Amino acid sequence: MKVSRLTQILSIRGLSVEYLTPRGNLKAVRNVNLDVEKGETLFLVGESGAGKSTLGLTILKLLPERAARIISGKVLFLEGERNLDVTELKGEGLRRFRWKNISMVFQGAMNSLNPIMRIRDQLYDVIQAHGMKISKKEAYERMKSLLDMVKLESDRILGSYPHQLSGGMRQRVMIAMSLLLDPKIIILDEPTTALDVLTQKNIMNVLKEIKSRLNLTMIFITHDLSLAAEMADRIAIMYAGTIVEIGEVNQIFYHPRHPYTAALLKSVPRLSSEIESIESIPGSPPDMINPPKGCKFHPRCPYKHEICMLEEPLLKEVEKNHYTACWMDNDGKSP
Amino acid sequence: MENLLELRDVSKAYRVGGLLSRIFVNAIEDIQLELKAGEILSLVGESGCGKTTTGKVAVGLIKPTRGKVLYKGKDIWSMKKHEFKDYRKDVQMIHQDPYSSLNPVLTVYQILSSPLFRHSIVQNKEQAISKIEELLELVDLTPPEQYISKYPHQLSGGERQRVVIARTLTLNPKLIVADEPVSMIDVSLRASILNILLDLKEKFGVSYIYITHDLLTAKYFSKDYRLAIMYLGGIVEMGRTDKTIMDPIHPYTKALLSALPEPDPKVTRSKKTMQLRSLDVPSLLRVPEGCRFHPRCPFFKEGVCDKERPRLVEVEKDRFVACFLYES
Repeated sequence: MKVSRLTQILSIRGLSVEYLTPRGNLKAVRNVNLDVEKGETLFLVGESGAGKSTLGLTILKLLPERAARIISGKVLFLEGERNLDVTELKGEGLRRFRWKNISMVFQGAMNSLNPIMRIRDQLYDVIQAHGMKISKKEAYERMKSLLDMVKLESDRILGSYPHQLSGGMRQRVMIAMSLLLDPKIIILDEPTTALDVLTQKNIMNVLKEIKSRLNLTMIFITHDLSLAAEMADRIAIMYAGTIVEIGEVNQIFYHPRHPYTAALLKSVPRLSSEIESIESIPGSPPDMINPPKGCKFHPRCPYKHEICMLEEPLLKEVEKNHYTACWMDNDGKSP
Repeated sequence: MENLLELRDVSKAYRVGGLLSRIFVNAIEDIQLELKAGEILSLVGESGCGKTTTGKVAVGLIKPTRGKVLYKGKDIWSMKKHEFKDYRKDVQMIHQDPYSSLNPVLTVYQILSSPLFRHSIVQNKEQAISKIEELLELVDLTPPEQYISKYPHQLSGGERQRVVIARTLTLNPKLIVADEPVSMIDVSLRASILNILLDLKEKFGVSYIYITHDLLTAKYFSKDYRLAIMYLGGIVEMGRTDKTIMDPIHPYTKALLSALPEPDPKVTRSKKTMQLRSLDVPSLLRVPEGCRFHPRCPFFKEGVCDKERPRLVEVEKDRFVACFLYES
């Protein structure tokens, strides 16, 4: 699938985030540079602790204020001529920005509905809290059309309490809710974990349809390569807080350049292929309070050279739209 | 060959809604399965389908409401005390969550030595240490000296799960029931855990019941053996893993495979998802009459599928399915 280079909608520049812990500062996100194109579906893929969720939270400035600190960098939301740096938003401005421009569906979101409020009232709350100036009647019309869009019977759902709905239905309500204020970008953090395969498929189909109808930009955060294979236009592979490879879905799956990406792909079993054995990546992810010097993957990398232990490589374009952060690609050899 | 383990029409009902409630749900109903020594059987199904209950019944942690559990041909619930103790030793379980299945205040040495002493496998500390080092090497925690005095919180999820596996090995089990052993482990480390378990089968002839919701790992783990698909408390299809996956016969298995995303864009994007009549999984409190899958099944036949529950029948050699489409 070709990603047409349209216009950028989000540009993250040199972003680093640390968490303050008793043992020292945990470097959760390190020098991330990422441009998101309008209308694309971008996947942030990584294992636990890779920094993908922290990156997602930073885009909406949702980090816990006491425990986390943005060390450097900008998150620019680009709309027309305006460039808005999300990291500098505060108070009312931040509140108006969230949901209106970028909204988020969280991991296990279906459990974040208020159990003693009808769906109708919860949706209306969002409209009110974000100061949308429409009449009550218009508000209901909007709710209905969104619930229809996520393939729910709007009349029945609006009057229901969360416990009357299945997990998949609640997740669809959350997706409808995230669309209430007509955002440009929606971030979905593991939107289908804990749902069964058939429900998951259904939600993916709903999301695909919404995307093409509303020309939304979607950023998925997941560890699930299968989901990325199914939905992504582009994939950014994260390891130890930074993006080690980014490219179009077919580039990542069929021509991975970073040794971590290649090893990750070899570690998952497949249904219908001749690949007979799967292999783990030896070792374990680094401790991000005291990360190793140089490339953070070098302790587990089968191709490491001297330079990998000394200096960290930066993302470098290896073919059109395909970037990787590996010293090997400096002399054109791929793993 | 004699069956190592057999579940004969096993059902387990749970009371819901307090002690005085008269409402029961059948977590599993009439489960029939056999396992021979050295075999692997994967039990695959979505959450709530009864796969974990089946596993717990197999290791004797739950006494079934109806039906029999036979170990080496003997009913475990009418065994003599010493026979039951041997069965318990022979059949071990690995749980899903390696973070909660190890005592946080005990070191790896303490965790592994206690079953060794209790079952008189070792007599003194030197013997215990050398046995434990041997076990740690088997699960690839090397060098063992580095791990033996650590506490669980000093280990990663993958390392903890290896300690759990080492613990089950202290008693030389014949059968291990592994309940989602890798679902909480990072993707890149899952393969090593599965490969360790498969190695143990090669080395010691351990048999496995592998319980999972993930068809991809089930296919890998029970590649040359068998797979059973469960839905709402019953087995709907059982047969050789490769055949079942390449050519499923039960409508539920077909739907599942047609919807399953795979880590290959071309494969996964060219799948044609089977359309179901309803997307909602019925509650266990209201398991449908007749075939459990009938309210969702696209091949539903009125007056047939909603009347009687189909039995699991052998439609060709080693292939069992519970569906009226295949009953003549």
